[in-house]
Amino acid sequence: MSADPTQVLAFETDCHIFDGCGFPAPGLHSFLFEPLWGDADSNLYFNKPMLLALLGSLVVIGFFWAAFRKPKVVPGKLQMVAEAGYDFIRRGVVYETLGRKEGEKYVPLIVSMFFFIWMMNLWSIVPLAQFPVTSIIAYPAVLALIVYVLWVTLTFKRHGFVGAWKNITGYNKDLGPVLPLAMLIEFFSNLLVRPFTHAVRLFANMFAGHTLLVLFTIASWYLLNGIGIAYAGVSFVMTIVMTVFELFIQALQAYVFVLLACTYIQGALAEHH
Amino acid sequence: MSQLLTIAAEEAQNPLVPPIPELVIGLIAFVIVFGVLAWKLLPNINKVLEERREAIEGGIEKAEAAQTEAQSVLEQYKAQLAEARHEAARLRSEAQEQGAALIAEMRAEGQRQREEIIAAGHAQIEADRKAAATALRQDVGKLATDLAGKLVGESLEDHARQSRVIDRFLGELEEKAEAAR
Repeated sequence: MSADPTQVLAFETDCHIFDGCGFPAPGLHSFLFEPLWGDADSNLYFNKPMLLALLGSLVVIGFFWAAFRKPKVVPGKLQMVAEAGYDFIRRGVVYETLGRKEGEKYVPLIVSMFFFIWMMNLWSIVPLAQFPVTSIIAYPAVLALIVYVLWVTLTFKRHGFVGAWKNITGYNKDLGPVLPLAMLIEFFSNLLVRPFTHAVRLFANMFAGHTLLVLFTIASWYLLNGIGIAYAGVSFVMTIVMTVFELFIQALQAYVFVLLACTYIQGALAEHH
Repeated sequence: MSQLLTIAAEEAQNPLVPPIPELVIGLIAFVIVFGVLAWKLLPNINKVLEERREAIEGGIEKAEAAQTEAQSVLEQYKAQLAEARHEAARLRSEAQEQGAALIAEMRAEGQRQREEIIAAGHAQIEADRKAAATALRQDVGKLATDLAGKLVGESLEDHARQSRVIDRFLGELEEKAEAAR
Protein backbone atom coordinates (compact mmCIF):
# COMPACT_ATOMS: atom_id res chain seq x y z
CA MET A 1 0.00 0.00 0.00
CA SER A 2 1.24 3.47 -0.78
CA ALA A 3 1.58 6.03 1.91
CA ASP A 4 -1.60 7.83 1.04
CA PRO A 5 -4.00 5.69 -0.94
CA THR A 6 -6.50 8.46 -1.32
CA GLN A 7 -4.28 11.19 -2.67
CA VAL A 8 -5.76 13.25 -5.48
CA LEU A 9 -2.85 12.72 -7.86
CA ALA A 10 -1.99 9.13 -8.69
CA PHE A 11 1.70 9.58 -7.82
CA GLU A 12 4.30 11.82 -6.22
CA THR A 13 5.34 14.52 -8.67
CA ASP A 14 8.96 14.75 -7.54
CA CYS A 15 9.75 11.08 -7.76
CA HIS A 16 12.07 10.03 -10.59
CA ILE A 17 14.28 7.06 -11.41
CA PHE A 18 17.91 7.21 -10.12
CA ASP A 19 16.70 9.49 -7.32
CA GLY A 20 16.48 6.60 -4.91
CA CYS A 21 12.75 6.65 -5.30
CA GLY A 22 10.82 3.44 -5.97
CA PHE A 23 8.42 3.17 -8.88
CA PRO A 24 5.03 4.31 -7.63
CA ALA A 25 3.14 1.53 -9.40
CA PRO A 26 -0.56 1.97 -9.91
CA GLY A 27 -2.81 -0.39 -8.04
CA LEU A 28 -6.11 -0.58 -6.28
CA HIS A 29 -5.29 2.71 -4.62
CA SER A 30 -5.54 4.33 -8.08
CA PHE A 31 -9.25 3.67 -7.87
CA LEU A 32 -9.80 5.19 -4.46
CA PHE A 33 -10.57 8.81 -3.98
CA GLU A 34 -10.58 11.15 -1.05
CA PRO A 35 -14.16 12.32 -0.64
CA LEU A 36 -14.75 15.81 -1.94
CA TRP A 37 -17.40 16.13 0.66
CA GLY A 38 -18.38 14.06 3.69
CA ASP A 39 -16.56 11.23 5.43
CA ALA A 40 -15.43 8.01 3.74
CA ASP A 41 -16.21 5.97 6.86
CA SER A 42 -19.84 7.01 6.99
CA ASN A 43 -21.98 6.20 3.99
CA LEU A 44 -22.51 9.86 3.39
CA TYR A 45 -19.86 11.26 1.11
CA PHE A 46 -19.28 12.59 -2.36
CA ASN A 47 -16.19 11.81 -4.40
CA LYS A 48 -14.74 12.32 -7.84
CA PRO A 49 -16.36 9.30 -9.58
CA MET A 50 -19.74 10.39 -8.25
CA LEU A 51 -19.16 13.87 -9.58
CA LEU A 52 -18.11 12.44 -12.92
CA ALA A 53 -21.15 10.16 -12.99
CA LEU A 54 -23.54 13.06 -12.47
CA LEU A 55 -21.61 15.29 -14.84
CA GLY A 56 -21.65 12.50 -17.41
CA SER A 57 -25.41 12.31 -17.10
CA LEU A 58 -25.60 16.00 -17.75
CA VAL A 59 -23.31 15.70 -20.77
CA VAL A 60 -25.43 12.92 -22.30
CA ILE A 61 -28.65 14.80 -21.60
CA GLY A 62 -27.11 18.05 -22.81
CA PHE A 63 -26.01 16.45 -26.05
CA PHE A 64 -29.38 14.88 -26.79
CA TRP A 65 -31.20 17.93 -25.55
CA ALA A 66 -29.32 20.10 -28.01
CA ALA A 67 -29.87 17.59 -30.79
CA PHE A 68 -33.44 16.40 -30.20
CA ARG A 69 -35.15 19.22 -28.32
CA LYS A 70 -36.53 20.73 -31.49
CA PRO A 71 -35.78 18.11 -34.10
CA LYS A 72 -36.35 18.96 -37.72
CA VAL A 73 -37.41 16.81 -40.63
CA VAL A 74 -34.38 18.12 -42.47
CA PRO A 75 -31.75 17.67 -39.75
CA GLY A 76 -28.88 19.97 -38.81
CA LYS A 77 -25.38 18.64 -38.23
CA LEU A 78 -25.79 17.90 -34.53
CA GLN A 79 -29.14 16.27 -35.03
CA MET A 80 -27.70 14.17 -37.82
CA VAL A 81 -24.87 12.91 -35.60
CA ALA A 82 -27.24 12.16 -32.73
CA GLU A 83 -29.66 10.45 -35.09
CA ALA A 84 -26.87 8.27 -36.43
CA GLY A 85 -26.00 7.17 -32.88
CA TYR A 86 -29.63 6.65 -31.95
CA ASP A 87 -30.36 4.72 -35.10
CA PHE A 88 -27.26 2.59 -34.70
CA ILE A 89 -28.38 1.33 -31.30
CA ARG A 90 -32.05 1.13 -32.23
CA ARG A 91 -31.56 -0.85 -35.42
CA GLY A 92 -28.19 -2.46 -34.87
CA VAL A 93 -28.85 -3.67 -31.35
CA VAL A 94 -32.51 -3.59 -30.34
CA TYR A 95 -34.29 -4.44 -33.58
CA GLU A 96 -31.57 -6.90 -34.46
CA THR A 97 -32.05 -8.96 -31.30
CA LEU A 98 -35.65 -8.33 -30.26
CA GLY A 99 -37.29 -7.53 -33.56
CA ARG A 100 -39.12 -4.35 -34.38
CA LYS A 101 -42.41 -5.24 -32.74
CA GLU A 102 -41.12 -6.55 -29.42
CA GLY A 103 -38.09 -4.30 -29.29
CA GLU A 104 -39.75 -0.90 -29.68
CA LYS A 105 -40.60 -0.79 -25.97
CA TYR A 106 -36.99 -1.25 -24.89
CA VAL A 107 -35.40 1.24 -27.28
CA PRO A 108 -35.29 4.14 -24.79
CA LEU A 109 -33.76 1.96 -22.08
CA ILE A 110 -31.10 0.45 -24.30
CA VAL A 111 -30.27 3.72 -26.04
CA SER A 112 -29.88 5.66 -22.79
CA MET A 113 -27.91 2.77 -21.30
CA PHE A 114 -25.48 2.71 -24.20
CA PHE A 115 -24.78 6.42 -24.21
CA PHE A 116 -24.64 6.55 -20.41
CA ILE A 117 -22.04 3.77 -20.28
CA TRP A 118 -20.11 5.23 -23.18
CA MET A 119 -19.91 8.59 -21.47
CA MET A 120 -18.88 7.01 -18.18
CA ASN A 121 -16.13 5.16 -20.05
CA LEU A 122 -15.12 8.24 -21.99
CA TRP A 123 -14.22 10.09 -18.81
CA SER A 124 -11.13 7.89 -18.84
CA ILE A 125 -9.48 10.02 -21.50
CA VAL A 126 -11.05 13.40 -20.83
CA PRO A 127 -8.32 15.68 -19.48
CA LEU A 128 -8.63 16.48 -15.77
CA ALA A 129 -11.33 13.83 -15.30
CA GLN A 130 -9.15 10.95 -16.58
CA PHE A 131 -11.03 8.29 -14.73
CA PRO A 132 -13.53 5.81 -16.13
CA VAL A 133 -16.47 5.84 -13.76
CA THR A 134 -17.35 2.29 -14.80
CA SER A 135 -14.08 1.04 -13.30
CA ILE A 136 -15.85 1.36 -9.97
CA ILE A 137 -17.93 -1.83 -9.72
CA ALA A 138 -20.92 0.02 -8.28
CA TYR A 139 -21.81 1.69 -11.59
CA PRO A 140 -21.80 -1.40 -13.82
CA ALA A 141 -23.49 -3.29 -10.98
CA VAL A 142 -26.41 -0.88 -10.91
CA LEU A 143 -26.89 -1.15 -14.65
CA ALA A 144 -26.57 -4.93 -14.62
CA LEU A 145 -29.06 -5.02 -11.76
CA ILE A 146 -31.58 -3.00 -13.76
CA VAL A 147 -31.24 -5.44 -16.66
CA TYR A 148 -31.44 -8.40 -14.27
CA VAL A 149 -34.61 -7.15 -12.60
CA LEU A 150 -36.14 -6.47 -16.00
CA TRP A 151 -35.16 -9.92 -17.20
CA VAL A 152 -36.65 -11.71 -14.16
CA THR A 153 -39.83 -9.63 -14.31
CA LEU A 154 -40.31 -10.24 -18.01
CA THR A 155 -39.65 -13.96 -17.67
CA PHE A 156 -42.31 -14.40 -15.01
CA LYS A 157 -44.76 -12.08 -16.71
CA ARG A 158 -44.40 -13.75 -20.07
CA HIS A 159 -44.38 -17.42 -19.05
CA GLY A 160 -46.17 -17.61 -15.73
CA PHE A 161 -44.61 -19.15 -12.64
CA VAL A 162 -43.90 -22.67 -13.93
CA GLY A 163 -43.06 -21.53 -17.43
CA ALA A 164 -40.63 -18.97 -16.07
CA TRP A 165 -38.74 -21.60 -14.10
CA LYS A 166 -38.68 -23.84 -17.12
CA ASN A 167 -37.31 -20.93 -19.12
CA ILE A 168 -34.68 -20.06 -16.56
CA THR A 169 -33.51 -23.64 -16.09
CA GLY A 170 -33.68 -24.45 -19.79
CA TYR A 171 -36.09 -27.30 -19.20
CA ASN A 172 -35.95 -29.73 -22.11
CA LYS A 173 -37.35 -33.27 -21.91
CA ASP A 174 -35.14 -34.53 -24.73
CA LEU A 175 -32.08 -34.25 -22.48
CA GLY A 176 -33.23 -37.37 -20.57
CA PRO A 177 -31.01 -38.39 -17.66
CA VAL A 178 -28.75 -35.31 -17.78
CA LEU A 179 -31.76 -33.02 -17.45
CA PRO A 180 -31.37 -32.37 -13.71
CA LEU A 181 -27.72 -31.54 -14.11
CA ALA A 182 -28.38 -29.30 -17.10
CA MET A 183 -31.15 -27.56 -15.20
CA LEU A 184 -28.89 -27.02 -12.20
CA ILE A 185 -26.15 -25.53 -14.38
CA GLU A 186 -28.60 -23.35 -16.28
CA PHE A 187 -30.13 -22.19 -13.02
CA PHE A 188 -26.80 -21.06 -11.64
CA SER A 189 -25.63 -19.68 -14.94
CA ASN A 190 -28.71 -17.63 -15.71
CA LEU A 191 -29.92 -16.57 -12.32
CA LEU A 192 -26.76 -16.15 -10.28
CA VAL A 193 -23.66 -15.91 -12.45
CA ARG A 194 -24.95 -13.94 -15.41
CA PRO A 195 -25.71 -10.60 -13.71
CA PHE A 196 -22.32 -10.82 -12.06
CA THR A 197 -20.43 -11.45 -15.31
CA HIS A 198 -22.51 -8.83 -17.04
CA ALA A 199 -21.32 -6.18 -14.61
CA VAL A 200 -17.79 -7.47 -14.18
CA ARG A 201 -17.14 -7.65 -17.93
CA LEU A 202 -17.55 -3.91 -18.21
CA PHE A 203 -15.92 -3.16 -14.89
CA ALA A 204 -12.83 -5.28 -15.53
CA ASN A 205 -12.25 -3.89 -19.00
CA MET A 206 -12.36 -0.34 -17.76
CA PHE A 207 -10.37 -1.19 -14.66
CA ALA A 208 -7.61 -2.81 -16.69
CA GLY A 209 -7.65 -0.05 -19.27
CA HIS A 210 -7.31 2.63 -16.67
CA THR A 211 -4.55 0.72 -14.89
CA LEU A 212 -2.60 0.47 -18.14
CA LEU A 213 -3.05 4.14 -18.90
CA VAL A 214 -1.97 5.13 -15.40
CA LEU A 215 0.98 2.74 -15.58
CA PHE A 216 2.34 4.25 -18.78
CA THR A 217 1.60 7.79 -17.66
CA ILE A 218 3.39 7.33 -14.37
CA ALA A 219 6.27 5.55 -16.07
CA SER A 220 6.67 8.38 -18.56
CA TRP A 221 7.08 10.77 -15.70
CA TYR A 222 9.07 8.48 -13.42
CA LEU A 223 11.64 7.60 -16.11
CA LEU A 224 12.27 11.24 -16.95
CA ASN A 225 15.82 11.32 -15.56
CA GLY A 226 19.20 10.69 -17.23
CA ILE A 227 19.25 7.74 -19.60
CA GLY A 228 15.70 6.95 -18.54
CA ILE A 229 14.45 9.75 -20.82
CA ALA A 230 14.71 7.39 -23.81
CA TYR A 231 12.48 4.87 -22.04
CA ALA A 232 10.21 7.68 -20.98
CA GLY A 233 9.71 8.47 -24.67
CA VAL A 234 8.69 4.88 -25.37
CA SER A 235 6.37 4.92 -22.43
CA PHE A 236 4.82 8.17 -23.58
CA VAL A 237 4.19 6.76 -27.04
CA MET A 238 2.55 3.78 -25.35
CA THR A 239 0.38 6.18 -23.39
CA ILE A 240 -0.87 7.69 -26.64
CA VAL A 241 -1.36 4.27 -28.22
CA MET A 242 -3.25 3.01 -25.18
CA THR A 243 -5.39 6.14 -25.15
CA VAL A 244 -6.47 5.47 -28.72
CA PHE A 245 -6.99 1.82 -27.91
CA GLU A 246 -9.07 2.74 -24.87
CA LEU A 247 -11.17 5.02 -27.03
CA PHE A 248 -12.07 1.96 -29.05
CA ILE A 249 -12.57 -0.31 -26.03
CA GLN A 250 -14.84 2.23 -24.34
CA ALA A 251 -17.31 2.25 -27.22
CA LEU A 252 -16.98 -1.50 -27.70
CA GLN A 253 -17.70 -2.33 -24.06
CA ALA A 254 -20.70 -0.04 -23.98
CA TYR A 255 -21.93 -1.80 -27.11
CA VAL A 256 -21.28 -5.26 -25.67
CA PHE A 257 -23.09 -4.37 -22.47
CA VAL A 258 -26.29 -3.27 -24.21
CA LEU A 259 -26.09 -6.10 -26.71
CA LEU A 260 -25.98 -8.59 -23.84
CA ALA A 261 -28.83 -6.76 -22.14
CA CYS A 262 -30.90 -7.19 -25.30
CA THR A 263 -29.96 -10.83 -25.57
CA TYR A 264 -31.12 -11.43 -21.99
CA ILE A 265 -34.40 -9.63 -22.65
CA GLN A 266 -34.81 -11.66 -25.80
CA GLY A 267 -34.27 -14.83 -23.77
CA ALA A 268 -37.00 -13.75 -21.38
CA LEU A 269 -39.46 -13.06 -24.20
CA ALA A 270 -38.63 -16.16 -26.23
CA GLU A 271 -40.73 -19.30 -26.01
CA HIS A 272 -39.00 -21.95 -23.95
CA HIS A 273 -38.52 -25.22 -25.71
CA MET B 1 -6.07 -4.29 16.44
CA SER B 2 -3.75 -3.24 13.65
CA GLN B 3 -4.52 -6.55 11.97
CA LEU B 4 -8.23 -5.73 12.11
CA LEU B 5 -7.57 -2.33 10.61
CA THR B 6 -5.61 -3.91 7.80
CA ILE B 7 -8.44 -6.33 7.11
CA ALA B 8 -10.90 -3.46 7.15
CA ALA B 9 -8.72 -1.49 4.77
CA GLU B 10 -8.38 -4.47 2.47
CA GLU B 11 -12.11 -4.97 2.54
CA ALA B 12 -12.65 -1.39 1.60
CA GLN B 13 -10.26 -1.91 -1.26
CA ASN B 14 -11.93 -5.01 -2.68
CA PRO B 15 -12.81 -3.67 -6.11
CA LEU B 16 -15.70 -6.13 -6.49
CA VAL B 17 -17.64 -4.89 -3.47
CA PRO B 18 -19.75 -1.92 -4.48
CA PRO B 19 -20.02 0.86 -1.92
CA ILE B 20 -23.64 1.79 -1.25
CA PRO B 21 -23.30 5.56 -1.92
CA GLU B 22 -21.80 4.91 -5.33
CA LEU B 23 -24.60 2.47 -6.14
CA VAL B 24 -27.11 5.15 -5.26
CA ILE B 25 -25.36 7.84 -7.27
CA GLY B 26 -24.94 5.46 -10.19
CA LEU B 27 -28.64 4.66 -10.11
CA ILE B 28 -29.58 8.33 -9.88
CA ALA B 29 -27.24 9.27 -12.72
CA PHE B 30 -28.64 6.59 -14.98
CA VAL B 31 -32.25 7.26 -14.05
CA ILE B 32 -31.76 10.93 -14.93
CA VAL B 33 -30.46 10.04 -18.37
CA PHE B 34 -33.11 7.39 -18.97
CA GLY B 35 -35.86 9.64 -17.66
CA VAL B 36 -35.09 12.62 -19.84
CA LEU B 37 -34.45 10.56 -22.95
CA ALA B 38 -37.51 8.34 -22.56
CA TRP B 39 -39.81 11.16 -21.46
CA LYS B 40 -39.06 13.77 -24.05
CA LEU B 41 -36.09 13.50 -26.36
CA LEU B 42 -36.59 10.09 -27.91
CA PRO B 43 -40.34 10.56 -28.50
CA ASN B 44 -39.39 13.89 -30.09
CA ILE B 45 -36.98 12.34 -32.52
CA ASN B 46 -39.24 9.36 -33.20
CA LYS B 47 -41.98 11.74 -34.23
CA VAL B 48 -39.65 13.57 -36.58
CA LEU B 49 -38.26 10.34 -38.02
CA GLU B 50 -41.81 9.20 -38.66
CA GLU B 51 -42.61 12.54 -40.29
CA ARG B 52 -39.54 12.25 -42.45
CA ARG B 53 -40.45 8.71 -43.46
CA GLU B 54 -43.94 9.89 -44.37
CA ALA B 55 -42.55 12.86 -46.28
CA ILE B 56 -40.31 10.57 -48.30
CA GLU B 57 -43.06 8.03 -48.87
CA GLY B 58 -45.47 10.86 -49.68
CA GLY B 59 -43.02 12.12 -52.30
CA ILE B 60 -42.77 8.66 -53.77
CA GLU B 61 -46.54 8.32 -53.75
CA LYS B 62 -46.90 11.69 -55.47
CA ALA B 63 -44.41 10.68 -58.12
CA GLU B 64 -46.24 7.42 -58.62
CA ALA B 65 -49.56 9.24 -58.92
CA ALA B 66 -48.06 11.64 -61.47
CA GLN B 67 -46.69 8.72 -63.43
CA THR B 68 -50.04 6.95 -63.41
CA GLU B 69 -51.73 10.12 -64.55
CA ALA B 70 -49.20 10.63 -67.33
CA GLN B 71 -49.72 7.04 -68.39
CA SER B 72 -53.49 7.44 -68.52
CA VAL B 73 -53.19 10.72 -70.40
CA LEU B 74 -50.87 9.06 -72.88
CA GLU B 75 -53.31 6.23 -73.38
CA GLN B 76 -56.17 8.66 -73.77
CA TYR B 77 -54.15 10.60 -76.32
CA LYS B 78 -53.29 7.44 -78.20
CA ALA B 79 -56.93 6.41 -78.20
CA GLN B 80 -57.94 9.81 -79.50
CA LEU B 81 -55.28 9.64 -82.17
CA ALA B 82 -56.46 6.23 -83.29
CA GLU B 83 -60.04 7.45 -83.30
CA ALA B 84 -59.06 10.48 -85.35
CA ARG B 85 -57.23 8.27 -87.81
CA HIS B 86 -60.20 6.01 -88.06
CA GLU B 87 -62.51 8.97 -88.56
CA ALA B 88 -60.28 10.41 -91.25
CA ALA B 89 -60.24 7.10 -93.08
CA ARG B 90 -64.00 6.87 -92.80
CA LEU B 91 -64.42 10.41 -94.13
CA ARG B 92 -62.07 9.69 -96.96
CA SER B 93 -63.95 6.58 -98.06
CA GLU B 94 -67.23 8.42 -97.65
CA ALA B 95 -65.94 11.25 -99.79
CA GLN B 96 -64.81 8.76 -102.38
CA GLU B 97 -68.22 7.17 -102.42
CA GLN B 98 -69.91 10.51 -102.62
CA GLY B 99 -67.58 11.59 -105.40
CA ALA B 100 -68.30 8.44 -107.35
CA ALA B 101 -72.03 8.93 -106.87
CA LEU B 102 -71.71 12.54 -107.93
CA ILE B 103 -69.79 11.63 -111.03
CA ALA B 104 -72.34 8.99 -111.92
CA GLU B 105 -75.12 11.48 -111.36
CA MET B 106 -73.41 14.08 -113.48
CA ARG B 107 -72.86 11.54 -116.14
CA ALA B 108 -76.51 10.61 -116.12
CA GLU B 109 -77.49 14.26 -116.17
CA GLY B 110 -75.18 14.95 -119.10
CA GLN B 111 -76.62 11.99 -120.93
CA ARG B 112 -80.11 13.23 -120.29
CA GLN B 113 -79.30 16.76 -121.43
CA ARG B 114 -77.62 15.47 -124.54
CA GLU B 115 -80.61 13.41 -125.38
CA GLU B 116 -82.85 16.38 -124.75
CA ILE B 117 -80.74 18.55 -127.00
CA ILE B 118 -80.73 15.89 -129.65
CA ALA B 119 -84.50 15.49 -129.36
CA ALA B 120 -84.96 19.26 -129.52
CA GLY B 121 -82.72 19.36 -132.59
CA HIS B 122 -84.74 16.62 -134.25
CA ALA B 123 -87.98 18.46 -133.48
CA GLN B 124 -86.56 21.65 -134.82
CA ILE B 125 -85.40 19.95 -137.98
CA GLU B 126 -88.80 18.32 -138.37
CA ALA B 127 -90.53 21.65 -137.87
CA ASP B 128 -88.19 23.37 -140.32
CA ARG B 129 -88.68 20.60 -142.78
CA LYS B 130 -92.48 20.89 -142.46
CA ALA B 131 -92.33 24.66 -142.80
CA ALA B 132 -90.03 24.33 -145.75
CA ALA B 133 -92.30 21.72 -147.30
CA THR B 134 -95.34 23.91 -146.77
CA ALA B 135 -93.59 26.96 -148.25
CA LEU B 136 -92.26 24.86 -151.06
CA ARG B 137 -95.67 23.45 -151.76
CA GLN B 138 -97.15 26.89 -152.00
CA ASP B 139 -94.33 28.18 -154.19
CA VAL B 140 -94.32 25.13 -156.37
CA GLY B 141 -98.14 25.36 -156.72
CA LYS B 142 -97.94 29.03 -157.63
CA LEU B 143 -95.18 28.43 -160.09
CA ALA B 144 -96.97 25.50 -161.59
CA THR B 145 -100.22 27.41 -161.84
CA ASP B 146 -98.48 30.36 -163.38
CA LEU B 147 -96.70 28.12 -165.81
CA ALA B 148 -99.83 26.19 -166.63
CA GLY B 149 -101.80 29.45 -167.02
CA LYS B 150 -99.24 30.72 -169.49
CA LEU B 151 -99.33 27.39 -171.35
CA VAL B 152 -103.07 27.15 -171.35
CA GLY B 153 -103.46 30.83 -171.89
CA GLU B 154 -106.19 31.19 -169.56
CA SER B 155 -106.09 32.23 -166.09
CA LEU B 156 -106.48 29.44 -163.80
CA GLU B 157 -107.08 31.79 -161.11
CA ASP B 158 -110.28 30.25 -160.14
CA HIS B 159 -109.36 29.54 -156.70
CA ALA B 160 -111.40 26.54 -156.09
CA ARG B 161 -110.28 24.75 -159.07
CA GLN B 162 -106.82 25.84 -158.72
CA SER B 163 -106.36 24.43 -155.28
CA ARG B 164 -107.98 21.15 -156.19
CA VAL B 165 -105.60 20.68 -159.12
CA ILE B 166 -102.56 21.63 -157.05
CA ASP B 167 -103.47 19.32 -154.25
CA ARG B 168 -104.06 16.47 -156.62
CA PHE B 169 -100.66 17.15 -158.20
CA LEU B 170 -98.81 17.31 -155.03
CA GLY B 171 -100.59 14.24 -153.80
CA GLU B 172 -99.36 12.41 -156.84
CA LEU B 173 -95.83 13.72 -156.24
CA GLU B 174 -95.86 12.51 -152.69
CA GLU B 175 -97.19 9.14 -153.68
CA LYS B 176 -94.36 8.85 -156.17
CA ALA B 177 -91.87 9.88 -153.56
CA GLU B 178 -93.28 7.34 -151.16
CA ALA B 179 -93.11 4.69 -153.82
CA ALA B 180 -89.55 5.64 -154.68
CA ARG B 181 -88.42 5.44 -151.12
